[in-house]
Amino acid sequence: MDTPIVAVRNLCKTYRMGEMDVHALRDVTLDIRPAEFVAISGASGSGKSTFMNILGCLDVPTSGSYLLDGREVQKLTRDELSLVRNRKLGFVFQSFNLLSRTTALENVELPLLYRRDVTAKDVRARAEASLQAVGLGERVLHHPNQLSGGQQQRVAIARSMVNDPVLILADEPTGNLDTRSSIEIIGLFQGLNRRGITVVLVTHETDIAAFATRQVVFKDGRVIRDEVNGSPLDAAKELARLPKPEAVA
Amino acid sequence: MKFSALLLIAFRSLARNKLRSVLTMLGIIIGVAAVIAMLSVGQGAKSSVESSIASMGTNVLTVFPGAGGTGGVRSDAGTTSRFTEDDVEAIRKEAEAVRYITPTARMSAQVKFGGQNWRTSVYGAYPEYLQIRSWNLASGSPYSAAEERGAAKVCLMGKTVVKNLFGDSTSPVGQTIRIKNLPFRVIGVLEEKGQGSFGQDQDDIIVAPYSTVQKKIVGGTYAQNMFASAVSEPAIAEASAQIDEILRRRFHFGVGDLPDFTIRTQTELAQAMGSVSSTLTVLLSSIAAISLLVGGIGIMNIMLVSVTERTREIGIRLAVGANGRDILLQFLVEAVTISFCGGLIGVALGVGASSLLSSLQGWAVKLSPVSILIAFAFSAATGIFFGWYPARKAARLNPIDALRFE
Repeated sequence: MDTPIVAVRNLCKTYRMGEMDVHALRDVTLDIRPAEFVAISGASGSGKSTFMNILGCLDVPTSGSYLLDGREVQKLTRDELSLVRNRKLGFVFQSFNLLSRTTALENVELPLLYRRDVTAKDVRARAEASLQAVGLGERVLHHPNQLSGGQQQRVAIARSMVNDPVLILADEPTGNLDTRSSIEIIGLFQGLNRRGITVVLVTHETDIAAFATRQVVFKDGRVIRDEVNGSPLDAAKELARLPKPEAVA
Repeated sequence: MKFSALLLIAFRSLARNKLRSVLTMLGIIIGVAAVIAMLSVGQGAKSSVESSIASMGTNVLTVFPGAGGTGGVRSDAGTTSRFTEDDVEAIRKEAEAVRYITPTARMSAQVKFGGQNWRTSVYGAYPEYLQIRSWNLASGSPYSAAEERGAAKVCLMGKTVVKNLFGDSTSPVGQTIRIKNLPFRVIGVLEEKGQGSFGQDQDDIIVAPYSTVQKKIVGGTYAQNMFASAVSEPAIAEASAQIDEILRRRFHFGVGDLPDFTIRTQTELAQAMGSVSSTLTVLLSSIAAISLLVGGIGIMNIMLVSVTERTREIGIRLAVGANGRDILLQFLVEAVTISFCGGLIGVALGVGASSLLSSLQGWAVKLSPVSILIAFAFSAATGIFFGWYPARKAARLNPIDALRFE
């Protein structure tokens, strides 16, 4: 059996809010294996966002251990966490989080600019290839405000994959999109996943979770359901079934 | 992140808020321009003082009767030493560090030529006076030792006197003028010296043989001052000590006594004047430094606003792998860019202001590359100093909080 990409043991996270301790995560244990497509769902306050932040090395657990790609991360310093995020992870957010007044290309180049081992020529080439892969090869010089929501999210996906991460974390990536764009975006994730990249996706929409190969449900800081989806939906087929979009320029 | 990339980010972010950036820069611009203008005014004052002191002759000593210094008990009036030509002769013979020495007699007198008359200072001194003050003749020739001994009625004339008695057309050399109604033949014209250390006109002068002036104009036996030059500039102190020793002996003063004559060297005068203009420079520079400080606070203020405005951007950068140092540098480079650009414009403005001051006000202004460099370095340092806190604040942001910031 493969070594898991994510190995989480007895993970707890407690926030202190005023006088009260809020237990966002209580004793979560979970393995995610390479090339899995995991959908995490749960009501708000169930701890799924906290879990994602810890997986994404944006936050550290109160107790328990977290191995990312075989490496213990809960004791790393701020700058070491930055390095892990840069080399191993890709993020996609609900609100896209692109730099405004900066071209799509430059947004995608961003993670590479924080590496010292990539030449300027390679930075450009890799960013262009990445945008090509999400179908935005023609719009590299557009600014985010000149792009639709679906296109902005494609830029964000291009940015998340430009550093060849082992794990892409998507926090409600389709939350701000219409059905068609949502399925297109999910299709991109399925494409990445088929290339061997592990994808973890947070969503509260069950029809989106249906595209994943595994579904995990959080409630009150605990995993209450964790099952493999033997027959995930295929985005390409679903898209074909949707009524043709009206001609919109 | 590469420095060029950081610079690009900084320029873009400044270009995004042009008015704000320019207003922030204004503080630094004014500060740097003030530093440069003030320093060059101060330097100008200093160098004009120095050059006017140098025009007196660089290794000159003046001996005058009466106790010098300040405060304390003074000798009674009338008990001051009176110098005679014998004293001068004694010093000339014994003091090895003294090259030239002359007694001087000075009097303000009316001089006449044709229908013109002019009131000026008439100086009586040995021919060496010209060597002591390193004063050359513009035309004519100096009087000789024989003329000095013979109390000849000849004189040398300063440019100001020439202008007032002869106008610009006639040459005074060979003409006869009247000083206190005595006829004097003009045998030379002194080179122009310009203003003295206290703003007096050094060219408003007539120099004549000591014996002539003493006997025929002043009418006394005692010299007012003695004027001497040392063999070299480093020998001034030695010359001063030798004169002191000789005069003490001749006037019967013990070693510890306060003598009733004073020896003043040109160096002392230069130091006194120098300290005045240094004080001026310090005063002006501190005013300028305060305006740089205010400009720096302006930068800090705007950078803090900028960090808050761009919290989300910082969050995104942190999420994709920027570390604290990257963020710190980004904002520091931005702050330094503001102050550096401000410094650049300020230098241009300061140089302009200095030349305007010199051409409109006629101030002595001296632009030194050092002051420009100092102003520049200070503006960059201001950027780093006042940009540091906001930049560190940005670098320490928690990525999750920054990403969630609305």
